[in-house]
Amino acid sequence: MDPIRESLLKVSHQAKLERRGRIIGLFCISLIVIVVAAIFYFVASRGLATFYHDKINLWDFLTKQAWNPGTKDSHGNPAVGALPMIVGSFLVTIFAAIVATPFAIGAAIFMTEISPRRGMQILKPVTELLVGIPSVVYGFIGLTVVVPVIRQLFGGTGFGILAGTMVLFVMILPTVTSMSVDALQAVPRYYREASLALGATRWQTIYKVVLRSATPGLLTAVVFGMARAFGEALAVQMVIGNAALLPHNLVSPASTLTSILTMGIGNTIMGSLENNALWSLALILLLMSLVFNLLIRLIGRKGAMK
Amino acid sequence: MKDYDLTKTAIKTFDPEVQEIALSTDDLHVFYGSKEQIKGVSLQFPRYQISSIIGSSGSGKSTYLRSLNRMNDEIQIARVTGKIMYRGLDINQPKIDVFEMRKHIGMVFQRPNPFAKSIYDNITFAPIRHGVKDKKVLDQLVETTLQQAGLWKEVKDTLHKSALALSGGQQQRLCIARAIAMKPDILLLDEPASALDPISTSVVEDTLAQLKAHYTIIIVTHNMQQAARISDYTAFFHQGVALEYAETKRIFTKPAIQATDDYVSGHFG
Amino acid sequence: MNVKQQDKLATGILYTIAGIIILVLASLLAFILIQGLPHVTWHFLTAPARSFEAGGGIGIQLFNSFYLLVLAMLISVPLSLGAGIYLSEYAKKNWLTSLIRTSIEILSSLPSVVVGLFGFLIFVIQFKFGFSILSGALVLTVFNLPLLTRNVEESLASISSMQREAGLALGLSRWETVMRIIVPEALPGITTGMILGAGRVFGEAAALIYTAGQSAPALDFTNWNPFYIASPLNPMRPAETLAVHIWKINSEGIMPDAVAVSAGASAVLIVAVLLFNLGARWFGQHLYQKMTGTGKKGA
Ligand SMILES: Nc1ncnc2c1ncn2[C@@H]1O[C@H](COP(=O)(O)OP(=O)(O)OP(=O)(O)O)[C@@H](O)[C@H]1O
Ligand SMILES: [Mg+2]
Repeated sequence: MDPIRESLLKVSHQAKLERRGRIIGLFCISLIVIVVAAIFYFVASRGLATFYHDKINLWDFLTKQAWNPGTKDSHGNPAVGALPMIVGSFLVTIFAAIVATPFAIGAAIFMTEISPRRGMQILKPVTELLVGIPSVVYGFIGLTVVVPVIRQLFGGTGFGILAGTMVLFVMILPTVTSMSVDALQAVPRYYREASLALGATRWQTIYKVVLRSATPGLLTAVVFGMARAFGEALAVQMVIGNAALLPHNLVSPASTLTSILTMGIGNTIMGSLENNALWSLALILLLMSLVFNLLIRLIGRKGAMK
Repeated sequence: MKDYDLTKTAIKTFDPEVQEIALSTDDLHVFYGSKEQIKGVSLQFPRYQISSIIGSSGSGKSTYLRSLNRMNDEIQIARVTGKIMYRGLDINQPKIDVFEMRKHIGMVFQRPNPFAKSIYDNITFAPIRHGVKDKKVLDQLVETTLQQAGLWKEVKDTLHKSALALSGGQQQRLCIARAIAMKPDILLLDEPASALDPISTSVVEDTLAQLKAHYTIIIVTHNMQQAARISDYTAFFHQGVALEYAETKRIFTKPAIQATDDYVSGHFG
Repeated sequence: MNVKQQDKLATGILYTIAGIIILVLASLLAFILIQGLPHVTWHFLTAPARSFEAGGGIGIQLFNSFYLLVLAMLISVPLSLGAGIYLSEYAKKNWLTSLIRTSIEILSSLPSVVVGLFGFLIFVIQFKFGFSILSGALVLTVFNLPLLTRNVEESLASISSMQREAGLALGLSRWETVMRIIVPEALPGITTGMILGAGRVFGEAAALIYTAGQSAPALDFTNWNPFYIASPLNPMRPAETLAVHIWKINSEGIMPDAVAVSAGASAVLIVAVLLFNLGARWFGQHLYQKMTGTGKKGA
């Protein structure tokens, strides 16, 4: 008998290892997928209970301004209007993005186009380090520096949308900057060379050629920063004042979805309307993070098509 | 480029009673996605002989060679049909244990690819994984294979240094040593000397000539002199078809097919 | 204004922006370190916290942070390795794989509060782990897995496919080839990613306030039996971490020296992040040199 021939028809040790390895890998990856599905299932089932179980009108929830789920309004309906938090979240996010974008892109241009050596030696390590700074530290600085300064300048308590914006601005700046740097670096060198060879100045080249072809990447960076800002909880919660009121100005205490959520969830009883209403806020956060994700994908696809 | 008639072929066949066949393919096709790159190749490789495969770039030599030990399994879009006969078995079917098969049909690649480990570990790595534990046996294996690959003298004092510190030619000979450390039945080599200087090349060629006593060797080469020097049989590939297969002398002196003639005389294309 | 002037102006503005950013970021770091470091004494680092009087430390919180980190990494490193290997080596290009990638992407972009609330619901309540180190470690795993997995996958993908072919052609399974050849070669990248992940976990608070809890009961550092209630190693005890501590004393506002303690604790956190960062770089490079034999010592 030919032993080699026989061995080819058996299952070798390596084949068994292979099967075991594949199963181990599949197990790990399935775990992640299951966790994601479970997060969606649990948050959605809790968050939707407000509407199905407690019969709150979805439209009222999104548009009413009174948030006090434990009490009832003059008509005997529970006060679960989430508008102040929704507005608060969007305001701080959009303002932070508006402030951060020029700084981030400016810094990125500086690092890639103007002074790569100094930029890469100083600015890059610093931004990378700052990406890793815990958000509570930003919150603490906001509380001890930003809030008092705002109080000095504008009166009032100092807590509010402005303080939240400032904290989030500093928080997302490093992330947006380093993603913008990646986007600019992805622009092929010969684009710049071609433009400069045609007699364009450096700024014209940056503005008309580099920025234009890096637009999808820069947009992705900004949206990514917004997603982080929208989901940030503790840093904002420490400086925004946490009053579930529609903000009248930028320096009056306000709130975001995340701040009310972190404040409230420990003080309510599972299954009560107060608790379910908070889960509905969490559901909005979840859906918004999906929206940001989708946006980034759309930008990526548009960019790839060009 | 001239259009050659791909249907007119001259393929030598062997009488298994007279000449033992180590490996053969029967109507082998390879597809990458929907593109057919090997279009029905049937060749027999006799035992303890060196067969070389020549042909222009892109003619499918590597693709054919890689399918012989089913390395194309690892390319997702690749599909291989037809028979690959080895020891009376068609090894191109799922029930064959592909890992066991590759122990017996070893391969050396065009670009040297040593592991980022020491020279010693490069050679002993696979034998250890396949169950050889005895330190003495392993030491002996390292010495004999390195000697067979013509590398022993150069590295015997630096066996525990990183293999990545070797020159390209040394790395390739290490890869050959690593392949023969598995004591394969058949050795497939894909342009093993293309990255080597002339001296390393001739060392490798001598090595192959010596290995012939115990191994069946199939070698892809771009270098016609090399094929003429070392091989007993030569196959000429063109556009995914084996147009001619015969004794090497015959291929280089009086080929039966016009395309072969043009190729070996340098009038090709 | 002609194009030359425009160019000058733009360059000036860009320099200003870069300057402002450096200034903001530098003063941020300086503020924390100058405010904080003077408070960081041996007593501060080891003493337990005090709620209503000044002079408390962060000893227990610091220990909790490290213990939680170790547990979380113990769970998430093997899981992310398995998942990353699967994605880079086994996953076929099909809808299932793209679904998996999408889920990982989504998980990595979820706000950490949401992940924390999920952990609260599942681990604390459903599985009845209560506010505990275990719940915290599990939630940190969820939080960390997508980024670690992606890092493992990218590190593996950066290793040439010729190395895989070399292993496979010797009759080794893909699994052994990956575990013993590819993973060791990708180790510098993988380690760097893991250390950075550890830094992220170390500073995370939002996911922990409702899982690991907000209290730090006194620990008996003489009894290391994990089943003993006050043992530092007991995984079922609630464990306020350093980051949670900063948040809590600032939102409660009852600790008289909350600002000083927070500054000290923040400085410790930042120094830790700094160390994680430098450690990741150094370790990655060191490993790389050691493996490729390009270092002084060789391999
Ligand atoms: N992994 C792959 N996916 C798709 N097409 C491939 C792949 N590998 C090879 N091909 C195609 O198959 C054809 C044959 O390639 P092959 O590498 O076998 O040629 P070759 O004869 O070895 O050439 P060379 O002498 O340049 O090595 C080529 O057209 C090549 O583009
Ligand atoms: Mg080839």
